[in-house]
Amino acid sequence: MSGLIVLAEHCTACGSCLGVCPFGALSLEGDTVVVGDQCNLCGACVDACPSEALRIERPQAAAEPDQASYRGVWVWVEQFQGHACTISWEMMGQGRRLADELGVALTACVLGHDVAHIAREAIAYGADRVFLVDDPTLAVYRTDPYAAVLVGLVREHRPEIFLLGASARGRDLAGAVATDLHTGLTADCTGLDIDPETRLLRQTRPAFGGNIMATIICPKHRPQMATVRHRVFEVPPRDESRVGQVVCVPAVMPEERIACRVVDFLLESGQVNLADARIIVTGGRGVGGPEGFEPIRELAAVLGGAVGASRAAVDAGWIPYAHQVGQTGRTVKPDLYIACGVSGAIQHLAGMQTSKVIVAINKDPEAPIFNVATYGVVGDLFEVVPALTAEFRRRLGR
Amino acid sequence: MHAIVCIKQVPDTTDVKINPETNTLIREGVASIINPFDTYAIEEGLRLKERFGGKVTVITMGPPQAREALKEAVAMGADDAILLTDRAFAGSDTWATAYTLSQAIRRLAPFDIILCGKQAIDGDTGQVGPGIARQLRIPQLTYVSRLVEIDPASARIRVERLLEEGREIVDCTLPALLTVVKDINQPRYPTFLGIRRATRMEIPVWDSQALPEANPEYLGLKGSPTQVVRIFHPPARSGRATLLTGDTPAQIAAQLADRLLADKVI
Repeated sequence: MSGLIVLAEHCTACGSCLGVCPFGALSLEGDTVVVGDQCNLCGACVDACPSEALRIERPQAAAEPDQASYRGVWVWVEQFQGHACTISWEMMGQGRRLADELGVALTACVLGHDVAHIAREAIAYGADRVFLVDDPTLAVYRTDPYAAVLVGLVREHRPEIFLLGASARGRDLAGAVATDLHTGLTADCTGLDIDPETRLLRQTRPAFGGNIMATIICPKHRPQMATVRHRVFEVPPRDESRVGQVVCVPAVMPEERIACRVVDFLLESGQVNLADARIIVTGGRGVGGPEGFEPIRELAAVLGGAVGASRAAVDAGWIPYAHQVGQTGRTVKPDLYIACGVSGAIQHLAGMQTSKVIVAINKDPEAPIFNVATYGVVGDLFEVVPALTAEFRRRLGR
Repeated sequence: MHAIVCIKQVPDTTDVKINPETNTLIREGVASIINPFDTYAIEEGLRLKERFGGKVTVITMGPPQAREALKEAVAMGADDAILLTDRAFAGSDTWATAYTLSQAIRRLAPFDIILCGKQAIDGDTGQVGPGIARQLRIPQLTYVSRLVEIDPASARIRVERLLEEGREIVDCTLPALLTVVKDINQPRYPTFLGIRRATRMEIPVWDSQALPEANPEYLGLKGSPTQVVRIFHPPARSGRATLLTGDTPAQIAAQLADRLLADKVI
């Protein structure tokens, strides 16, 4: 019998487990706890039980017999129009740390067309070896030819860990590759470390919009795959004197077998790129209308930041969805987040509360945004924001 | 045109409050809803049916009460609904979930398009859509913000995808799996007739016996490569904001500028 087991003789019906269950699957019946169908076997209740009355029994999956033959840490280096994405160098920093801890090599996978310069950059950022797959079919990212190359390389060379950035392309690719390899994939990790006893990768990630954190392992399948969000980790120092090996590998899917063709790309104006922005100025319901974003834009322009919006402002049609921060928009982690007229609904907080410094400007002193803010100004954003713009224009000479 | 829409029932997390003393989720009174991103997938399926005829099938895997999510989709206009539920499916991670759904979808073939939300708001992984596409060996188009053109007769589709740097226009063959973002449409409300139909509808329940081709080793906890070993609550952000005050907005702005420059975030 596998699943969540309640040891009735230990259970004191104290109810400690009920409140910690993220799925609301537990209830008290008489003098014991009953497990409902919503149980997802996450184990939160097991840790919370003071009398050790809860246990998760796991079926013994057959381990791959040659698990120990998987060695090394790999990173996929994402490129867009021939330029490496910074998220990949962040991954490279983590990959280097994990490889050193395990005493193995770090390999970068560079796919694209005319991207040999990225292979050299990858070595400068920490790779010992680069698989360079340079082919016209790989010039623009497409799932099928990219996944086919990586699945083939993994099957042949057997890495134990494979990291990808949690960008749109990274998530698209990781989901495909992990499915084909029949291995575990943990999305959007914010922490990665090695269990020294088992050599397993411990992957920590937020769930429920960051309200709970889960640590996840992949004990029986290889490679252990994870995606990591942008700006969670630092870009490591670049060392042009590092040496490494570049191995050229052919692409595996000819153009005629690829179902998709990218016909156009419409670049957004630089202002919207929330994912990369170090400073974000966000407008909420308090801006009152599309014209209310004008002072927000001016402040963002002076600070060299991006313009964000709450769901309320987007749903009202005041600004396009690409600006939305929060659970159904983008998750951001800038150095500075200035929330103007944003009340701070939990779905918004989930998308920005890990920002380094948060400034809240709101008329309502009870607004929940003040609970996560570093600095708060209780006042009218239409007075405070232009004053701030003027102040920074003067100080920064812009 | 047969559109299959995969949906998930999730807690309405926009309603979730945190108990400040224990830092745990307060779940009492939290409603279950269709994952918001999935409602855009349902709407897109319904629009395809309105344009080309055919039908929309919604499918979900979850506990028996996930039936309510299917009924809501039927109330919006979906024709058929399938509930995948079995203790054998419990504890599925994204790999096992995608495997199980793809096994069920094989039984629903032929189909022209599979629609999913870009991710679920409780797990936030966005992995199940690509997982289903790979299991079924059909192309995947993720983060779709607009269906530019679709021609079922020649089995071709052109979509716009929302990426970090902008919008990509992609041509692809059908059948394909699309995951959609909020930009794509405005989901409709259930209609009176739809609600009446949903209320009366007997939703077929498929358990593991209904998927004879499925490898039992690949289902549920047993078929899940990943294991959750610890769940914890992140430490709350430290207390309330330092409030800055002054007689004029300019004074407040000067103080704030001092602080932000001292913090080296500008």
